[in-house]
Amino acid sequence: MNRIVVIDYGMGNLHSVGKALEHVGENISLTITADAQKIREADRLIFPGVGAMRDCMAEIKRLEIDELLKQAREEKPVLGICVGMQAMLSFSEENNGVDCIDLFPGRVKRFQANLSDENGDRLKVPHMGWNEVTQTAAHPMWQGIANNSRFYFVHSFYVVPDTSQENSAKIVGESSYPLPFCSAIAEQNIFAVQFHPEKSQNVGLQLLKNFLSWDGEL
Amino acid sequence: MSLAKRIIPCLDCENGRVVKGVKFLDIRDAGDPVEVSKRYCDQGADEITFLDITASSDNRETTIHTVEAIASQVFIPLTVGGGIRKLEDIRMMLRAGADKVAINTSAVLNPEFVKEAAEKFGSQCIVVAIDAKQVSLPGEPLRWEIFTHGGRKATGLDAVEWAKRMVSYGAGEILLTSMDRDGTKNGFDLALNRIISEAVSIPVIASGGVGNLQHLVDGIVEGKVDAVLAASIFHFGEYSIPEAKEYMASKGIVVR
Repeated sequence: MNRIVVIDYGMGNLHSVGKALEHVGENISLTITADAQKIREADRLIFPGVGAMRDCMAEIKRLEIDELLKQAREEKPVLGICVGMQAMLSFSEENNGVDCIDLFPGRVKRFQANLSDENGDRLKVPHMGWNEVTQTAAHPMWQGIANNSRFYFVHSFYVVPDTSQENSAKIVGESSYPLPFCSAIAEQNIFAVQFHPEKSQNVGLQLLKNFLSWDGEL
Repeated sequence: MSLAKRIIPCLDCENGRVVKGVKFLDIRDAGDPVEVSKRYCDQGADEITFLDITASSDNRETTIHTVEAIASQVFIPLTVGGGIRKLEDIRMMLRAGADKVAINTSAVLNPEFVKEAAEKFGSQCIVVAIDAKQVSLPGEPLRWEIFTHGGRKATGLDAVEWAKRMVSYGAGEILLTSMDRDGTKNGFDLALNRIISEAVSIPVIASGGVGNLQHLVDGIVEGKVDAVLAASIFHFGEYSIPEAKEYMASKGIVVR
């Protein structure tokens, strides 16, 4: 039995990701919880998130999820999604600045206002919809997913990992709006994405399926 | 390449069945919402919008079951609207599997509700649905007002000002329906869509009036919207989603 825990720290809709996992998973036991014991016992963790970073971090710290994730980094596969990914960095510019979990050095920045596309039309923020993800490094999580496949995004902030340090995350996926930004990172047992695999139809389901069999090795 | 423009089939549902009225009157039955959603998802729809137009609130349970059934089979974003009046309604819909909720009349009756909802659940799941109708006379500068109750009740609110206000209250997206065009198949109200899309920083979905594939293109190119919503052209098999995407791509629009 593959024990999957979706970490529930009270922020947002975890049912979508649960339903998508149940759809692709065979022989999985799925628990949506913040319980430390269950998180420690799980074989794999999903760390989702929506909403404002200050509220997210307050709950993450209160429930000591930051410590559990630091442990998991060494021990078992973790998939970060959207704000879950952002929370893994050192610091976010959201809500006038919030210190995050600091699993990886780097910052979370907001898309500039008044961006425009190549035709001069205004680009809206949030960046919402289906955008291409260029796989900038090979990874078992990309298996069976064509390079430059479109995934569903909805976010106003994006991660800028500092890749120069020893414990840095590696950029494994990049997208553009209109400038390139990091849309997937990986390091040790952690893989994290800015887009929503649970809402990205076949390519997203494939990514979740890959996660269920990924043993954390590169 | 860049962010794709979205095609969103809309399911207007009454008592658990997909219906689509012409100017909100003539109701035709278009099928089971779960089957219809699944079909659109398989065909490559970018999102699904489910609007519960059942007048009474007795059928909340039916709606919740339908949303649950759609969400367990459809892995693209799902927006649910109709009768969203309280924070509890939003919580129930998100729990049932909706990704976003569309707030319409309740936003007009109590604008603070939008603010509370965005603070509680995040802007990304709050869509403000705006029903606008042209009120300027021929020869006057174009002006639109917000109408409620299926276009029967004027509110005196200027549509552009209202849209901007909703953005400042935390709306994450605007679903803009032209009451003059809805159900007519004469195309979107392009001037309305353009003025609102250019006035706000968030994505706008054009709705109301699609009768052919060129109308979808016009909405994106001339209406400057980020997504196009249509119901009857897809429900009754006049066009399929792949045909729509192929046509839009042939006109230079980026689609998935």
